[in-house]
Amino acid sequence: MSLLLEPSAAMVKEQKLYREMGLTDEEFARIEAMLGRLPNYTETGIFAVMWSEHCSYKNSKPVLKKFPTDGPHVLQGPGEGAGIVDIGDGLAVAFKIESHNHPSAIEPYQGAATGVGGIIRDVFSMGARPIALLNSLRFGELTSPRVNYLFEHVVAGIAGYGNCVGIPTVGGEVQFDPAYEGNPLVNAMCVGIIRHEDIQRGIATGVGNTVMYVGAKTGRDGIHGATFASEELSEQSEAKRPAVQVGDPFMEKLLLEACLEAVKSDALVGIQDMGAAGLTSSSAEMASKGGFGIEMNLDLVPQREAGMTPYEMMLSESQERMLLVVKQGREDEIAAIFAKYGLEAKAIGKVTDDRMLRLFFHGEVVAEIPVDALAKDAPVYHKPSAEPAYYREFQAMPPYIPHIEDYNQTLLGLLAQPTIASKEWVYDQYDYMVRTNTVVAPGSDAAVVRIRGTNKALALTTDCNSRYVYLDPETGGKIAVAEAARNVVCSGAKPLAITDCLNFGSPEKPDIFWQLEKAVDGMSEACRALETPVVSGNVSLYNETNGEAVYPTPVVGMVGLIEDLSHITTQSFKQTGDLIYVIGEAKPEFGGSELQKFLEGRIFGKAPEIDLKVEASRQRQLLAAIRAGVVASAHDVAEGGLAVALAECVMGGASGLGAKVTIRGDLISELFSETQSRFVVSVKKEHQEAFEQLVEAKRIGEVTDDGTFTVNGEQGETIIRLSVDDLRNVWKGAIPCLLKSKD
Amino acid sequence: MKFAVIVFPGSNCDVDMYHAVADELGEEVEYVWHDEENLDRFDAILLPGGFSYGDYLRSGAIARFSKVMAAVKQAAEAGKPVLGVCNGFQILLEAGLLPGAMRRNQGLKFICRPVQLVVENNETMFTSAYDKGEVITIPIAHGEGNYYCDEQTLKRLVENRQIVFRYHGENPNGSLAEIAGIVNERGNVLGMMPHPERAVDALLGSADGLKLFRSIVNYWRETHVVTA
Repeated sequence: MSLLLEPSAAMVKEQKLYREMGLTDEEFARIEAMLGRLPNYTETGIFAVMWSEHCSYKNSKPVLKKFPTDGPHVLQGPGEGAGIVDIGDGLAVAFKIESHNHPSAIEPYQGAATGVGGIIRDVFSMGARPIALLNSLRFGELTSPRVNYLFEHVVAGIAGYGNCVGIPTVGGEVQFDPAYEGNPLVNAMCVGIIRHEDIQRGIATGVGNTVMYVGAKTGRDGIHGATFASEELSEQSEAKRPAVQVGDPFMEKLLLEACLEAVKSDALVGIQDMGAAGLTSSSAEMASKGGFGIEMNLDLVPQREAGMTPYEMMLSESQERMLLVVKQGREDEIAAIFAKYGLEAKAIGKVTDDRMLRLFFHGEVVAEIPVDALAKDAPVYHKPSAEPAYYREFQAMPPYIPHIEDYNQTLLGLLAQPTIASKEWVYDQYDYMVRTNTVVAPGSDAAVVRIRGTNKALALTTDCNSRYVYLDPETGGKIAVAEAARNVVCSGAKPLAITDCLNFGSPEKPDIFWQLEKAVDGMSEACRALETPVVSGNVSLYNETNGEAVYPTPVVGMVGLIEDLSHITTQSFKQTGDLIYVIGEAKPEFGGSELQKFLEGRIFGKAPEIDLKVEASRQRQLLAAIRAGVVASAHDVAEGGLAVALAECVMGGASGLGAKVTIRGDLISELFSETQSRFVVSVKKEHQEAFEQLVEAKRIGEVTDDGTFTVNGEQGETIIRLSVDDLRNVWKGAIPCLLKSKD
Repeated sequence: MKFAVIVFPGSNCDVDMYHAVADELGEEVEYVWHDEENLDRFDAILLPGGFSYGDYLRSGAIARFSKVMAAVKQAAEAGKPVLGVCNGFQILLEAGLLPGAMRRNQGLKFICRPVQLVVENNETMFTSAYDKGEVITIPIAHGEGNYYCDEQTLKRLVENRQIVFRYHGENPNGSLAEIAGIVNERGNVLGMMPHPERAVDALLGSADGLKLFRSIVNYWRETHVVTA
């Protein structure tokens, strides 16, 4: 559309064209009042993306304020490309998680790929070298061709992008539930390492400094992507396919290397990714944060196609682009760095002192907006919240008591549940080793990546059991943080901080807003108890298909620090004769459990309880024992309970290993309940005394060499007896088998 | 002894090669950007893995036109050890320094996992530190590692003992004759899909790749008598 064909400012108002862009009547009136005149078409579009939930957090901001974000080791909290935490030796870790749910629901390969690309740019825009990727995925059940397609193509998209850029995808999680049938969740996390002195910020300062554009050219792809992400999915969403961008990982790799060279130059003032809302958000946010203005000549913007309008250029979400602010007169130094990688760094504007975003096109001013109106002063809503009826019903239910006839078949059945089954089919497609620092590969509790040049390593995980969050958002929120910490501790690390991705339904529904509030309350409490502040994050609302919301899914990405490489611990049993211990008691808690889903086909009742003091104390004890060198393996008890946890420990061990344990008390609870704050630990016999002094735990059996997993009752009767090879075949075969059966 | 690690736009295992040589082998090593034209100062050339030029056309098909490739050919002609791993192997094939071609993996998926290899020929400058028939564990990470060549070429490869590594047990990608790595007729250019540079530290699961690099150093020492 040429400028002449664009609707006039009067038409935008009279025909309420702003509504199509996602603005309400009140919001439009507010814009008119802020400007003191009618906004033109381009300006309306700019406001619409900047005031979308995706960019402004207008609905979630009041809730997000509750998160604890400070700590003695926090160098950068929320608000920048990524959070940054000190890890000693002058080094810090930068990390963030972000969603790409809506694009992935429409075009799974590119949706997932560009999600990975975006989060990588967030991390290197801070000046950090990305060293690891993780992703947290949710799909419907693998029983429909559509879900299988989404699953296979999301995984391929993550692989295609991450493998090419050369950042190892080291971990994450995949869960399956009908709640995600039409609206899968694709959350990508990137972790980087940075020296303290290299930390960059997305800021524009210094009147006369030059605004430079680098990376891919701007095309008509992804226009209004941020607005699309702030709407519910529906039958019409297919028509939004042009809003999905296409990724170019090779361009990303060049941009990454060039930017990491550029950040070493003191000619660079600020740098920011052109992510959601592209050129608009990067320029407005950098100027607003710096307390300056920005002027840009859009004729100078590198363009992929002819005849693009200011509206299209400003709203394009073409990938692999960065905006830089460079000291006046030193543009050539920066341009030379990019030229080495075959990239052009092009001056397209300058920093001004009037706090305006001013755009020129064909010699005329086509937009003139106060930057703060777009960023700091965007609207904030306090949405009504109401306790949903389903929650009251679940809370009033009597405890669910499952009945089991055949424990062998129950265990095998649970191991074949896709959420529990081996994810080898997934991570086999990810290059998890490139950069040769991956000490613990995908498949254990947390991934472990060493930090070259030190004797330290990072433990990385993502976690969220959304079934618990659905049943009880506050408790579920606590559990999400606690479980992530358990994974990190089991690897031998001290939990440092978290990043979170809050995937919820529409905040305009009081029930959903209540879920959001309660989940954040629970997470905040757990973050305080476990001393893991929130340093970055992302909110993805409107995850609904035809009015049905996904389970509330606040994914927690956690980073822990391993002080010494010798502390690195994995979940698999190591050696015949090692003693097997359980930390924590079981209670008959089956609400939201895998067993309940397996037996009843649905979840209901109360989520398991969690006592954060007990949680923190057990984690401290276990970490102390690991650091004392008296723990051979450690694994948390999660989905499927102790029986599944033990099976995972033995399946991960060397061929021929087995385990024999004796269970006392109520068998179903002991074996399958999902009571929180529990661990399975194995200990060498010579460390028995030292371990028992450090950790309160119950010895239940030992690692054997008979290749069999045996559970006996207290009278010596056999409850479960299965060959480990059979267990492994079922566990490893489940997902490939479900994918094959589609034909 | 001085190694060059050639860096093409899109190479991403260059760092791993560099550290394998610098940290584990303790030899001199330098990154060489793709536009350099002279490699005379190096004793061995390493072409790392990755996605040169995005591998958008065909793996290695664009990289072979890089300026540095003429110098790599000269080094090969001069008899210096030239090792191409993964994308490096694909580039050597595209450049005609090794015979054959790569197809997509049989399962059409990228595969990353440790695999077992058997050392078929331990009488090369790359494998002298291994035993013949030794089974080693080296990771693979590729989407196009399904080696193919015509019958005559295969016959020559076998007769000249140019097949250096074969996959042991499972053939992960469908390669002809389980080929995982081959040398040229002269024996100084080795291309292999598995990543020896990812197997130089037991902390990461395997150190079986170290002997490959040690073999190169041993060869160089034997052929360069120190005259001090």
